[in-house]
Amino acid sequence: MAEATLPHGRPEVYEPSLFGTYSKKIGMWLFLLSDSLTFGALLYSYSYGRISIANWPTPFHSESIVNATIMTAFLLTSSLTMVLAVRAAVHGDAKAQRLWLLATMACGTGFVVLHAREWSHLIATGLTLPVFPAVPGHATTGEFADVAKSVPQFPATFFGLTGMHMLHVTLGVVYLGVVALRRNFIPILLLCWLGAWLGTPSYSPFHYGAHVLLIAAAVCSVILWLKPKVYDAADVEVAGLYWHFVDLVWMFIFPLVYLMSARII
Amino acid sequence: MEAFQQIIAEQAAERHRHHAKAQFFWVWGALLLMTAIEVYLTYQNLKPVRMLTILMGLSIVKAALIIGFFMHLKYEVSRMKWLTMSSLVICLVLMSIFFFPDAFRILYLGVK
Repeated sequence: MAEATLPHGRPEVYEPSLFGTYSKKIGMWLFLLSDSLTFGALLYSYSYGRISIANWPTPFHSESIVNATIMTAFLLTSSLTMVLAVRAAVHGDAKAQRLWLLATMACGTGFVVLHAREWSHLIATGLTLPVFPAVPGHATTGEFADVAKSVPQFPATFFGLTGMHMLHVTLGVVYLGVVALRRNFIPILLLCWLGAWLGTPSYSPFHYGAHVLLIAAAVCSVILWLKPKVYDAADVEVAGLYWHFVDLVWMFIFPLVYLMSARII
Repeated sequence: MEAFQQIIAEQAAERHRHHAKAQFFWVWGALLLMTAIEVYLTYQNLKPVRMLTILMGLSIVKAALIIGFFMHLKYEVSRMKWLTMSSLVICLVLMSIFFFPDAFRILYLGVK
């Protein structure tokens, strides 16, 4: 690397990278290390409650376990398509790169939709947070209406942990959308925001959560306006690192939260 | 400087160029298989401590496969591998040191 020359032919002496790779990749690794501590703290707080509270609820029936297993399969498959997108980018196959990125986004979107369905089901059965609007006719009679009052640590840690992960997956899909489609992705993102906002009832947390997409659209617009560029193989690889990380975190959330709190009859 | 970064990026890409596609499918298959084992164990009504030990063991193997093959850390220079992984493990161990004794003390005392 120290012998690398610049395109104009004049040899330049730069200090070689300490880690033998480019700076944006090292930057992403450092971000992921800090983010892993965020998730580590959330997982520990959930586990703390799980161990120390005797009547910790086990609300996940077979249906929830099947749902979470399909979500896991979606994420694992998205990791495969992501790594194939990186491979296509390295080989300079722009069409395959875009298709694999779109496949990754489709799997990520499938994960978020299934997760939202799971959340809505739990909220409808009474397992909710005080900040969530009450579901008409369900909040007081649901199966877990008393759990939210007797063990408030469960909904607090469950929604905190899985909500943070869902936010990461959503932003990951947006990130990949920008890399794959660049400016063309902004109107699609705005349509998704409108669809999510108008398509969810006013008592759903996703009615307000949809505004994340609007904020993301604004931020992406500024970034693409300030620095328009064609994303190269290095950019795709860095985006891939982020995407694999959200998959990696789910490999701990799935067994700790769902499988260890399963109610199998 | 950007051109220099570009050259380094191309060299890193060159190292990844020869990865066989089949390897990624094998890793994906192994991850799905381990997930299926985890779900199967859930239906076996194992004791919680034993169940937790097996699940965490499988999760660590899955995490290692994702980091090593999908995130390509296996192909990075050893300095990068050691710095990233050791700093992560040290931080998580520090969390464990504060977490476990307190959590089990509460369990031992009994929660009313």
